[in-house]
Amino acid sequence: MIDSSALYRKRARTNRIALVLSMVAMGVGMGFLAWILIVLLYKGVGALSLSLFVQPTPAPGSEGGLSNAIIGSAMMVGAATFIATPIGILAGIYLSEYGRKGWLAPATRFINDILLSAPSIVIGVFIYTVYVAQVQHFSGWAGSLALTLIAIPVVVRTTENMLNLVPASLREAAAALGAPRWKVVLHVVLRAAKAGVLTGILLALARVSGETAPLLFTALNNQFTSVDLNAPMANLPVVIFQFAMSPYENWNSLAWGGAVIITFGVLCLNIVVRTLFRKKI
Amino acid sequence: MSSHSSVLGAGSASAGGVSGLAESVSGVKQPEPPKDRMRAQRFQDALFHQLTRFFAFSVLAILAAILGSLLYGAWPAIKEFGFGFPFSSEWNPVTDKFGGLISVYGTLSTSVIALVVAIPVSFGIAVFLTELCPPALRSPLGIAVELLAAVPSIIYGMWGLFVFAPLFADYVQPALSMTLGNIPFLGSLFQGPKNGIGILSAGLILAVMVIPFIASVMRDVFEVVPGILKESAYGLGATTWEVVWNVVLPYTRVGVIGGVMLGLGRALGETMAVTFVIGNAHRISPSLYEAGNSIASTLANEFAEAASDLHVASLIELGLILFFVTFVVLALSKLLLMRLGRMEGEKT
Repeated sequence: MIDSSALYRKRARTNRIALVLSMVAMGVGMGFLAWILIVLLYKGVGALSLSLFVQPTPAPGSEGGLSNAIIGSAMMVGAATFIATPIGILAGIYLSEYGRKGWLAPATRFINDILLSAPSIVIGVFIYTVYVAQVQHFSGWAGSLALTLIAIPVVVRTTENMLNLVPASLREAAAALGAPRWKVVLHVVLRAAKAGVLTGILLALARVSGETAPLLFTALNNQFTSVDLNAPMANLPVVIFQFAMSPYENWNSLAWGGAVIITFGVLCLNIVVRTLFRKKI
Repeated sequence: MSSHSSVLGAGSASAGGVSGLAESVSGVKQPEPPKDRMRAQRFQDALFHQLTRFFAFSVLAILAAILGSLLYGAWPAIKEFGFGFPFSSEWNPVTDKFGGLISVYGTLSTSVIALVVAIPVSFGIAVFLTELCPPALRSPLGIAVELLAAVPSIIYGMWGLFVFAPLFADYVQPALSMTLGNIPFLGSLFQGPKNGIGILSAGLILAVMVIPFIASVMRDVFEVVPGILKESAYGLGATTWEVVWNVVLPYTRVGVIGGVMLGLGRALGETMAVTFVIGNAHRISPSLYEAGNSIASTLANEFAEAASDLHVASLIELGLILFFVTFVVLALSKLLLMRLGRMEGEKT
């Protein structure tokens, strides 16, 4: 179209400016991600060493590692995933398989999506009032429970989405063979969606491993190695928080080391999960 | 099967075939399921149904339990300070006088700053991903944006305090003071100590953290716009920007607002990143450069060390306020997004 009118030029210019700005926005987003990752590598990789994984947290100024925090985190995150998985999967099954009619499924779906984004620190306060304040001491279990409550909505959401993707013909075929409903669900539908459901669990794992706020006043911290879930327990996020805020240089460098471990662990999980299931989540 | 059909004879009608088939099946002594086995199966089915129902219900129960226990825990403070609690700026553990205004102000102001910065950037990212991006790059870039949301909040905090804040203090804060700081009335917002921490820094870091949430929702809702609408606009000679602004955006307005509300919900409750950079000072000042406190950062700092029962109860009341506000915001967001979903349903 040959049009040299002022209006046409103005429209073309507006278009160009807007599109350039949108590219800039994308660049800003990517820039921040790259900036954070580069800072982490730059500050944290120097702190990574074998002793980081085998020695417990040190006193200010002396040598040490993060082994007690890593053990504590692994135990609490493991326990939380272990508890949240069956609850989340069964609730997800209800939403996808039995949720056609009635009020419960829509209500659960709605509340679940809200809990998915609810402030995690309030979950910590909740566990504090119903558990820590009742038994009068901080404990690893309290931390696990708080993480469980954060993991459940993630598992529920992905399970429902994944089960919905299973074609109805599969259910009908199984039912036509005379399989009872629960067998259809567990042995056919759930099995068909196995990989997707596993994805949800991994996402939940990634989500809770970086959570700090709900652990601050549930699991608290412990400067010694402890595998007793009934006692205060060291964990990576809280140790990172304390050490980063401290004035001691060796603590700061350990905090960066821990930050690298957590971030790259979480990001790797996310990348694997999202590239495998790009379309479905 | 074929041997049965030979028994039936060539002339049998299809209806006869069916009954013949049933006869022949029972004739081959297919064991009829015993009554009690049927009953057992029906019982197992009902049991499984109720079991899943119970766990679905437990999600609702969690919400009710959170609200109930927070209300119970906050009760001493509610009784003591009444409805004035959110509007009193006193926070004094020594005299046991508490009010939530400072924290509420910190939460709201950081969230508003975050949204002001994050909305245009997220919009740009969503436009880029849906309209401009080469298809091969769309998926990796989309994942990269989502990774921004996966970075743990404590990492944002460390990065904010040790890397972002010093640069912000040296370069951005003086520049803002020189320019925006000279506007009458608004100017005082951008004056004050230039040490890189405070309400403004916290708001900006929150902005980076909520961008992926808003951008993902915007991208998803932009993708539901029927191709025919966009093609019609292009066919009339509209530029890409005109299509986005005059066709895509009006069509998805409800969903876009839903996405923004989701971002707001996230920003309100964000804890660790804010705790690192907000400065943790219990005061309200006219400048955004000054340190402050948000509800979440107050909880993170004081909860484990609160001495008196009233202090704990007041902190729990802050938590209750936070939970209630985010609940309302997120519920609105969900309702708006559901409305867009229904629109999409009607279209097809």
